[in-house]
Amino acid sequence: MNHWIVAPIVLPAILAPFIIMVLRYHLDLQRIFSVAGVVALLGIALTITAQAAGGDIQVYELGDWPAPFGIVMVLDRLSAMMVLLTALLALPIVLYAIATGWDNRGKHFHALFHFQLMGVCGAFLTGDAFNLFVFFEVLLIASYGLMTHGGGAVRLKAGVQYVAYNLLGSTLFLFALGTLYGVTGTLNMADIAVRVAELPPEDTALLRVGAVLLLLVFCIKAAVLPLHFWLPASYANAPLPVAALFAIMTKVGAYSILRMYTLAFGPEVEATQGLVGDWLQPAALLTLAVGAIGILGSQHIARMVAFCAIASMGTLLIAISLFTPEATAAALYYVFHSTLATALLFLVADLVMERRSGAITPKPPMPQGGLISALFFVGAIAMAGMPPLSGFVGKLLVLDAARDAPNANAAWAVILIGSFITIIGLARAGSLIFWKSHDVQFLSEGDPEDREVAPAPEPQPGLAFTAVFGVVAGLIALTLFAGPALEYTSKTAEQLFTPEHYISAVLGGEE
Amino acid sequence: MEALVATAVGVMTAAGIFLILRRRTFPVILGLSLITYAVNVFLFATGRLALNAPAVLNKYEDVPYTDPLPQALVLTAIVISFGMTAVIVMISLSAYLSSKDDHIDMTAQDCVDAPGEDA
Repeated sequence: MNHWIVAPIVLPAILAPFIIMVLRYHLDLQRIFSVAGVVALLGIALTITAQAAGGDIQVYELGDWPAPFGIVMVLDRLSAMMVLLTALLALPIVLYAIATGWDNRGKHFHALFHFQLMGVCGAFLTGDAFNLFVFFEVLLIASYGLMTHGGGAVRLKAGVQYVAYNLLGSTLFLFALGTLYGVTGTLNMADIAVRVAELPPEDTALLRVGAVLLLLVFCIKAAVLPLHFWLPASYANAPLPVAALFAIMTKVGAYSILRMYTLAFGPEVEATQGLVGDWLQPAALLTLAVGAIGILGSQHIARMVAFCAIASMGTLLIAISLFTPEATAAALYYVFHSTLATALLFLVADLVMERRSGAITPKPPMPQGGLISALFFVGAIAMAGMPPLSGFVGKLLVLDAARDAPNANAAWAVILIGSFITIIGLARAGSLIFWKSHDVQFLSEGDPEDREVAPAPEPQPGLAFTAVFGVVAGLIALTLFAGPALEYTSKTAEQLFTPEHYISAVLGGEE
Repeated sequence: MEALVATAVGVMTAAGIFLILRRRTFPVILGLSLITYAVNVFLFATGRLALNAPAVLNKYEDVPYTDPLPQALVLTAIVISFGMTAVIVMISLSAYLSSKDDHIDMTAQDCVDAPGEDA
């Protein structure tokens, strides 16, 4: 058995308690170990991605129990790629949190950070539906701690909403799993797929209920309309570096939809035919529309970026809801882009809010305003999907894949108009925050109290900017190497739409 | 017995949803707990209901047994939901103590200017 598969889960699972128990009072050591852990995770992620790129699906049986009875971890192209994305995202964020001192504004930042990584990597790697639930809980409970990191009345209040909403989501997850278990008698994803295909058509009512409940849970995670209400308040009130990390959490929902609804309830499975795509696509279109309108209507930069996250989830799910290999390849490319772009904008929003209020109104110029406005410009271009960055390539691929779809007109119209509104919204915010502050009229007429230039925050080490530029470099690399990346995602989509390989890899001998 | 268990799950879920839609945190937490009780009973029933049957196979004689897997699932679910309830109690308690207000909804003012500035 290949032990690399379980390493992305074991490493943070050991590191996080170690940080809590041994390094509790040593912030410097915590920082060193945390960064070293993330770098090691990146190394592991690169290794398993290289292993998975060959196209073999590898299975890790925990406790050496054979597949449908024990819990399995499965490494295929999709899970390897998502783990790699998690590690790539975590590195700049942990550096940024250290550089700006965010990790010192509350306790246990680094431990919670690694528990979060453990939950996310586990959710991507597991091949068991109940185990997926457990890893969801791991990442959620760490996210509760991270979300309320630093405290403050409003943040805690938003935290209560966030926890309540997600507890309800977890309960719904259990109802869905119970229903699926009641029908199929198994929780192993590959085994569920086998049983679902064997089910007589007159017995599928309960299965359809379970499948839709499961879709609802994943849609809550992915913040699909009308289940997105938790996202703006939570992300805007969380510490913004944490919100940047949360950019991967909505993708966990999207990943789960992609995994379950290509493997077990795929488009060609008769029992659940027409159940997912037909509902998911209108919801995704609405998500994108509401996200774009939210960007235009936000009064606060953090809230605006939260709506950017919703809008990009909308675009992503439009591509996913088509359930064709081309669209899925485009969606997977877009996952990479949208995670990095959302994280970049959250980090830029934090740079802004360290220096002035986050309200989208003119304020006196801030220190290092030129550099920050340039970064915001890059992030806005990426998010809105304008050339030359990867957002343009991603949206182009999605549009191209949607061309032959049944309601291509609606998809094209919503994506294009949504992008346009996004451009206007981001341009409005950028000019009010960065340009208007240099306006002569504003400087001479504004409230004298408002005119005092805010003192530069704590010695701003270059490390914070290095971290942000790291994310920018990721976006540029994704644009430059769009060809190889697309080749990888196309092969991933091909693998996803031939679930027989996955099933025979997991259940092995029975086939 | 099926009717009894089904009614219990249904009533607890309905009561839980009613409480979740309240505006203050305490009833909401009670509602969440009720729903987790409902889901635990529901999970228990997914292995089919069997009376007076052990959860182990007997290889010496042919006696009825009940599905052990849902019991393991319920155990996991109870532990997780118990921990989560403790977390939400603590977070809402500190939210109440820091804002002197136990409403679960946020005011419009909270959404406009406050986020992050208290850090």
